[in-house]
Amino acid sequence: MTSITGHSEADAGPSGDMAATGRVGDRIFSALATGSGVFVVTLIGLVAAFLLAQAVPSLMDNKASFLTSREWQVSAGDLRFGIADLLWVTVISSVIAMAIAVPVAIGVALFLTQYAPRRLARPFASLIDLLAAVPSIVYGIWGYFVLRDFVQPVQSFVESALGWFPLFAPLTVSGTIFLASIVLAIMILPIITAISREVFDQTPAAHKEAALALGATRWEMVRTAVLPFGKPGVISASMLGLGRALGETIAVTLLLSVTRGTFSWSAFAGGETFASRIANGSAEFDTPLKTGAYIAAGLVLFLLTFAVNAVARIVIERRKAFSE
Amino acid sequence: MSTVTSSTEPSAVPSVGGGLSGLSRGRSVTNSIMTVVVYAAFLLALVPLAWILWTVLSRGYGLLMDQNWWLTSQRGITPRRVGGGAYHAILGTLVQAAVCALIAVPIAVFTAIYLVEYGRGKLARAVSFMVDILTGIPSIVAALFIYAVWVTTFGFQRVGFAVSLALVMLMIPVVVRSTEEMLKLVPNELREASYALGVPKWKTIARIVIPTALSGIITGVLLGLARVMGETAPLLILGPYSASINTSLVDGPMAALPTMIKDNFGQALQPATDRLWASALTLILLVLLLNGAGRVVARFSAVR
Repeated sequence: MTSITGHSEADAGPSGDMAATGRVGDRIFSALATGSGVFVVTLIGLVAAFLLAQAVPSLMDNKASFLTSREWQVSAGDLRFGIADLLWVTVISSVIAMAIAVPVAIGVALFLTQYAPRRLARPFASLIDLLAAVPSIVYGIWGYFVLRDFVQPVQSFVESALGWFPLFAPLTVSGTIFLASIVLAIMILPIITAISREVFDQTPAAHKEAALALGATRWEMVRTAVLPFGKPGVISASMLGLGRALGETIAVTLLLSVTRGTFSWSAFAGGETFASRIANGSAEFDTPLKTGAYIAAGLVLFLLTFAVNAVARIVIERRKAFSE
Repeated sequence: MSTVTSSTEPSAVPSVGGGLSGLSRGRSVTNSIMTVVVYAAFLLALVPLAWILWTVLSRGYGLLMDQNWWLTSQRGITPRRVGGGAYHAILGTLVQAAVCALIAVPIAVFTAIYLVEYGRGKLARAVSFMVDILTGIPSIVAALFIYAVWVTTFGFQRVGFAVSLALVMLMIPVVVRSTEEMLKLVPNELREASYALGVPKWKTIARIVIPTALSGIITGVLLGLARVMGETAPLLILGPYSASINTSLVDGPMAALPTMIKDNFGQALQPATDRLWASALTLILLVLLLNGAGRVVARFSAVR
């Protein structure tokens, strides 16, 4: 994770090319290292190839539109499945999670880099990192058994106040997208914080001192020097958090009530994300065609997270180009 | 650096003489509000951490006090009955993670060596990019991939080894990144001194660079292990739960702590709920132990 803001490998490090003498040991070692690198690159290609190869037969047999249908009927002989509602639930739950997590993460990162006493900053940061160490299934059971009862009143309040708006339409579901989003927000908070912290820390002291010398208060210094400098890093961190939220499986599977056959735009509905649909279906992976339907959903999830992560990477690369 | 962060706030009292330190009320109020907001954000982030740890600890510690928890399995224990332990699940989790590490660590360390010591140009950029993509790959997608290879293509069963393979994909990027950071910290002078003595490049890496960075690599491995042990999605797809002890990675279902939690989640009865929290606490303890060990190693033997 820390690597994202690191320097690119190509332009750093010693060359030592002259020391590579062409001896047997050197050739073996170089082959092992290059081979491992090539393996990692091929691995991603293999993931895409295998998922695609096993999704295609099911997609060909699919009698419903894969992109627009809300059906999920995968028993043999009559394949009718589509990802419309999966896409909606996946995206809206992750977006709500981002809306909650990003502001808090920026606040925490600012606290750790600009406000906290120097001596305490490191232990405090470790505490936040601990959030990332908690396994996702523990988030799931905690959200289900503990947090749900606390979220319920908030939910009813929003429903009664803003129920006219489709996103907040009242429904009687116990495991809502809203609940899942809050838990997702907690799960991605440490990721966004860690990377934001790193970029805020890199703000040139000269920028900050200049702001202070011009009479800025601490907040004005943060607003005029730290935040603009860290902005691409925060965007990139948020994208990585988003990628994590999109693919989170078990916590969402435990939290969301499965409500097939009904659909609502409301955040207080149940539903399934790509990941939770696959997890819920994992028991019925018996025929290749049926499994292929789930693999097709997995492929879309893979492409979605690939795109989000690639954008995150490009944003941070561009920042590096400007700041050097 | 410290001068900036420890600088005293400009006085909020407007100076009578209209001196340089004069600060309008609006600006000082904004500053105070934002200070409170930033502190509040940090405290807010600590709430779920403390809440989760407290919940799991208070609800789970009871069963952990019983030595049977550590020594017996759930074989023959119905959700209605009290008793049994988590030995089978702890064993499964440890074995699967260990095998995962055996496969992932060499690949990851060599990939990092490639990136730092050998990689130039297009391939190096591609490798670096793909490691980032691998970092972000959802665990369920990794599991589906291994399923597509292991079960659909080769026709093998869902066994512990398949879980290990899925975990390998999740562990590689963690270890690559931490190893890479550590290798970059190794001073160039060490390499140059070695080359100057006529030591070949591979021996320089194997005998000088890696030992210097070893503690950082170990930290990365421990953090990677902590991450994969808590993964549930690969187990859902590839590792069906079993209540009995199974030491074989290639024969029959093998329990793991996350699936033990999942198994007890489905039961509404009190004995099962107690086991749910106890197995969650066991898993957290295991993960935190590895995390703590990683941090200790990092602190006590940083690259000099």
